[in-house]
Amino acid sequence: MDAQLEIQLIAAVVAIACAIPGVFLVLRKMALISDAISHSILPGIVIGFFITEDLNSPLLILLAAVTGVITVVMVESIQKTGLVKEDTAIGLVFPALFSIGVILIAKNANDVHLDVDAVLLGELAFAPFDRLIIGETDVGPKSLWVMGAILSITVGMLFAFFKELKVSTFDAGLSAALGFSPVVLHYGLMTISSVTVVGAFEAVGAVLVVALMIAPAATAYLLTSDLKKMLVLSVIFGVFSAIGGYWMAHFLDASIAGSMTTVLGLVFLAVYLFAPSKGLIAVMYRQRQQRTEVSLLTFLLHLNNHEEESERHVKHLNEHINWQKVRSETVLELAEKNNLIKIDKEIVALTPKGKEFTDLALEYIITNKDEHIEHMKDDFFLFRG
Amino acid sequence: MELSEYFSQLFSDYTLRTITMGTAILGAICGMLGSFAVLRKQSLLGDAISHAALPGIAIAFLITGTKDTNVLLLGALVSGLIGTFWIRGMVTKTHLKSDTALGLVLSLFFGFGMLLLTFIQKQPNANQAGLDKYLFGQAATLVEKDVTLMAVVTGICLIIMLLFWKEFKILLFDADYTKTLGFNTRFIDILITFFIVLAIVLGLQTVGVVLMSAMLLAPAAAARQWTNKLSVMIVLAAIFGAFSGVFGTAISASQNNLSTGPVIVLVASVFVLFSFIFSPGRGVLFKQLRKYQNRRDLELQKTLQFMFDIAKTHERISHPHAIKILNNFQGYTKSTLKELEEKEWVKVKGQSWSLTEKGYDAAANLYNNN
Repeated sequence: MDAQLEIQLIAAVVAIACAIPGVFLVLRKMALISDAISHSILPGIVIGFFITEDLNSPLLILLAAVTGVITVVMVESIQKTGLVKEDTAIGLVFPALFSIGVILIAKNANDVHLDVDAVLLGELAFAPFDRLIIGETDVGPKSLWVMGAILSITVGMLFAFFKELKVSTFDAGLSAALGFSPVVLHYGLMTISSVTVVGAFEAVGAVLVVALMIAPAATAYLLTSDLKKMLVLSVIFGVFSAIGGYWMAHFLDASIAGSMTTVLGLVFLAVYLFAPSKGLIAVMYRQRQQRTEVSLLTFLLHLNNHEEESERHVKHLNEHINWQKVRSETVLELAEKNNLIKIDKEIVALTPKGKEFTDLALEYIITNKDEHIEHMKDDFFLFRG
Repeated sequence: MELSEYFSQLFSDYTLRTITMGTAILGAICGMLGSFAVLRKQSLLGDAISHAALPGIAIAFLITGTKDTNVLLLGALVSGLIGTFWIRGMVTKTHLKSDTALGLVLSLFFGFGMLLLTFIQKQPNANQAGLDKYLFGQAATLVEKDVTLMAVVTGICLIIMLLFWKEFKILLFDADYTKTLGFNTRFIDILITFFIVLAIVLGLQTVGVVLMSAMLLAPAAAARQWTNKLSVMIVLAAIFGAFSGVFGTAISASQNNLSTGPVIVLVASVFVLFSFIFSPGRGVLFKQLRKYQNRRDLELQKTLQFMFDIAKTHERISHPHAIKILNNFQGYTKSTLKELEEKEWVKVKGQSWSLTEKGYDAAANLYNNN
């Protein structure tokens, strides 16, 4: 296998391994824990490196992962004292631990083959040179094996505990009542996240691990509300940006991890803007439509309340209900198109259908039951041309 | 250079004086504005903003080709603000939660920034070296011009804060009420956020993008433990910030190849740890002591109540009873008995005790007074 292909393979495996726990972190509103873990494992890695002298040693990964879990415990115990809020607790713990790591590296620069750039960016480009040799045969890059092992553990756990994870993510109370301890699942997830972060750390660095965990999940979350689909989508986004990022870095002659993140960012931006029902444009459009709907209701109620012609003159609408001209025109047009009103010599009057609609709307406003209005919109074919 | 040497040269050496002034001012302004960030529960916003500033620095360099600090910081300011408003947009317009939005902006902007930085480093012509000092900060690169800029911004900040003191304060504690009073909350909110972004950007050169958030949080979190008053907290946070800046710089200057950022952050963390443990009002130590004290008081009261119930059944209050009968009672220990004796509520004679007049009254009113 040539080096290019190997790098892409490693990148893709890292992306998948990060995306899976990332989905649960995003859904559990703990996305920033990944940021905290990825920073605070640094002292664990440095100390582990002093002991094992090998970045890919399982012992080092274990040590660093323990540091990650310790971080979570520290954050939670600071939070429990009630001295500061949760986010402040996170913000206090990880910079301190990260600083210790950076200082340890700086003080032992001669002994540690880690430099600060590698900490932030990883060294994916060099990953194929560190090979795993069993007996005499070269079986491939070490980091591929390490990440592959982590990925298979993650996937195994995911299949084994999918139901439990799902329940405890969406309803911790129910999960506890059913007998799956949310605490055990919580720490299990934290452990898996820590191990993944440590494994991915070498490839993509401290900050970009966060991108690989959160961004695919967040992108998928904008497109679906189904957990299984979300998992699949985020894996697809992760792999796509891993491979896209590699080629972008290739052409720009820049950091692979940096361009992977950039591709992730572009994918997220596109989905953020154009996602069918949850994207920015869709939301803005829906909000405008709802505004018009409410205006229409107000307008119809106004007509219903006033018999006198002066109040129902087209010209008076702007003034009376205090709308801008454009909006009153939209509303008027919409109402007429739906046969709710008729305009006779610039005097507006309700049609029988309009009267019926208004009465129903009044009932809705009085009882304020949500299903009424949805049902009404369908009944009267509003906004259907 | 030794630490003591650093302080002895502080007043004679021009460079050292500049650097120290710079980090002290930086610490002060970060402490001040960080108080608002902490109280508004926006602690991690600082983390996101500081990371989001990185591409701004790189783009400013790519466009202008200069390494002039002010130009680069302007770029950082712009991209920091874009990041901030994108976070707000995401939280208000989509169903993504604020933690996801923060994490996204933080990592995506930073990744893009790193892409640009590595891209710049590979360019053949530019004098590109030195941009990476913005990652972890290098106080040694501060010159007088930078310090002047910091001082001016801090001054403006102070003036604005004093002018809008009432508005800032009320918005912090009751945003809805502020709105009903007719204040333009949106404007005040944006003003505070803008100044937080500004403080972060100012600190990039000294502390670096990676650790800047801690510089903002730590002094404020430490100050919060000592007081419940906003003005006192801000002043304290400024002092803590300034001290961490100065000590951090001193330590990192006295060692070889230590970036200032991590050292300053560690010093600030020590302040936080100290405050968490030793603050008299909220600190863990005194809280534990108070808890212990309360438990003792309760035990004492329980013992007294028990004695009272016995004494009630006798004609004379001072009728002696054996200490033995207290033994099976959980509130009783030797020290509580001693304490009761010291308060003159109980008289102990050999192996028996008797309630005094004073003790009887105290027991009768035990649950009335509190």
